[in-house]
Amino acid sequence: MRQKLFALPLSLRLTIWLIVGFWLIIAIFPLLWLVVMSFKLPIDAFDANPFKVILGPITSQTVGGFSLITLVLVLMTLYGLLQLFARREFYFARFQVGLGLQIIFYLGLLALAMLSFPLANFISQSLSNLLGDNNFLTKPIFGLTGQHYHAVWFENGFYKQFLNTMMVTLGVVSISLTIGTLAAYALARSNSSWAFWILLVALVFRAMPHSTLVTGYLPPFIEWGLYGKRIAVIIVLVAINQPFTIWMLRSFFMNIPASLDEAALVDGCNRLQAFRQVIMPIMWPGVITTGLFSFMLAYNDYLVSALLLDGESRTMVPAIMSYFNRETTLTDQLEAIAAAASITFPIFLLVLFFQKQIVSGLTQGAVKG
Amino acid sequence: MIKARTFFFFVAPSLLMMLVFIAGPLVSVLIQSFQQTQNVFETVEQQKCDPFGCKTTTVTRPIFDEEGKAITQTKWVGWENYRVVLNLAGVRAALASPEGKLKSLLAIDFWGALRFTLTFTLVTLPLVLLVGLILALSVNSLNEGLRGGVIFVTLLPFIITPVIGALAIRWLFVGDGIVTAGLEHLLKQDIAFFAQGWTIELLMLFYRVWHVAPFAFVIFYAALQTVEGEKLEAAKVDGASRWQTLRYVILPHLMPLMVFVSLIHLMDSYRVFDEIVGFNAQAFRQSLQWLTFDFLTPDDAGNRSIGRASATAMLTMIGIFFLLIPLLRNTWQERQR
Repeated sequence: MRQKLFALPLSLRLTIWLIVGFWLIIAIFPLLWLVVMSFKLPIDAFDANPFKVILGPITSQTVGGFSLITLVLVLMTLYGLLQLFARREFYFARFQVGLGLQIIFYLGLLALAMLSFPLANFISQSLSNLLGDNNFLTKPIFGLTGQHYHAVWFENGFYKQFLNTMMVTLGVVSISLTIGTLAAYALARSNSSWAFWILLVALVFRAMPHSTLVTGYLPPFIEWGLYGKRIAVIIVLVAINQPFTIWMLRSFFMNIPASLDEAALVDGCNRLQAFRQVIMPIMWPGVITTGLFSFMLAYNDYLVSALLLDGESRTMVPAIMSYFNRETTLTDQLEAIAAAASITFPIFLLVLFFQKQIVSGLTQGAVKG
Repeated sequence: MIKARTFFFFVAPSLLMMLVFIAGPLVSVLIQSFQQTQNVFETVEQQKCDPFGCKTTTVTRPIFDEEGKAITQTKWVGWENYRVVLNLAGVRAALASPEGKLKSLLAIDFWGALRFTLTFTLVTLPLVLLVGLILALSVNSLNEGLRGGVIFVTLLPFIITPVIGALAIRWLFVGDGIVTAGLEHLLKQDIAFFAQGWTIELLMLFYRVWHVAPFAFVIFYAALQTVEGEKLEAAKVDGASRWQTLRYVILPHLMPLMVFVSLIHLMDSYRVFDEIVGFNAQAFRQSLQWLTFDFLTPDDAGNRSIGRASATAMLTMIGIFFLLIPLLRNTWQERQR
């Protein structure tokens, strides 16, 4: 019935295909280009001819790269693994896979994805022994070099900044969620005017520019020696994140019927026990979703970390800007590009795993007000 | 219902965090905006002797304490910080000048930043709504099997670290970036995207729409799933064209969400900051939040202008309250119902 109702004329269908296709290119091209450039030598990466950037002729001559066969094999494997990954929930439900086996499944996918590169290369090599060196199938034509990543992570010590970022984000997520769930639960279960005013004030606080807040912190933090300490940034980001966290968690708690905690209270639990043993176990989807958004706020932050952290304790995003402060050579720029690609990779994984939760989190706030 | 005592017990940690780390700083920023902290100087007479005789000169130098830190002094300066930031004398001179009044006015940091922030906010808003709506309608009429992949790709520009997203677009255009090179090839002339303000501003607008349209898309797309099929059928039976169905059934259904997305977008884009960093635009375009950030960044001598940063921050807040009024009114009305 729906199908018939919405049968679209061909012209309109074509327009829709064009719009969606055009958007997909615009959405992904800047990021894709970033990744392509990060694997080339400077002379290829900054070439004006896009095909040279993609193929990297000089890179493949001097460093080496993938042959056509290797690339096709790798892409096919990755596509197959992605299909498996996309249907994971179906398989898990069908074969009743437990958590342990699920983790093994993910690790297996990861191992296969990583193995596909040397394996495909090996096949290509063997074929080249068979066919001779100079044929278009096995000659390295897609130049690749990992030297910028190596320089960024090991020579420039980007792993330190990575660890700092991880510490800050983990701290922010765990503290935000702990105090956020407590408050949001109480706010969802109360209709006193206190609850209303707290939510309203939180809304006002959400709109505050972060630079204004940091202006307030800087003098006392410098005075008390908190400047440059990761814990200071964690506390600040938790506070900045609180309004958003309690609004979002509250809307998830509102979906859990209050009769459930009433029943627990009748059975002799106190509020805290009811909260911990009855409500929290069914709140996990909401907690995970809110946790994701807290993670992104901390991970993506530039302003607070740039102003409050310095030197050894610096996180990844402010650190990347320091590549532009020195006299930038083309190699420096490519290292910045490789660093940027490294920062983006975890985000990519996050969307891959948690697409559904992110969408539900975004709509939750909107639909429930 | 939860008892009052239990309620406060649960809310306390979160409330304390917000009071100490959001309300507290706001008050201290207000106070700081009327103060100035400076090194304390002393004037000493120094005698310099050379073969031709001795000369006495007076030198001003900062006083240091035993630990070698410069002693500072905080003074109450009234509206001085505001006067410096707003540069009223400059404004008067700009308005009195016979030609290019607006141009010389916008050359003053604060007024230029205000102009950019407002333009940025107001220009991106309709674009974000429009792109989000078109995408939601298009994806909604796509085959079911394709939607998941399209949503995945669409989420990427939204989730990505803003500074990195801005950098990714900048690298396409900067110098002989691939898009610039392509345009130069097509138009047969030299193009420099980062040599003048308006092209950078255009790129920043593009970036923001690229970054936020997915958010509008997700919200609208979710809402499209809840349009009642019966209403659509009724419209069809009544002979409504596709356009009329969109105009009179679907858009009214989306209206509250359009308001929601607009309010969130206004709040967020008024705080525009990451673009300035990512596009390295500060020589040409500054935003209000960037001005505060700039005052807070230590200068070459290692000093921060906390007072001026506070004054800029307070001036920025005035705009926030205007933006908040509709949102607060909405919440209030919901409470009354």
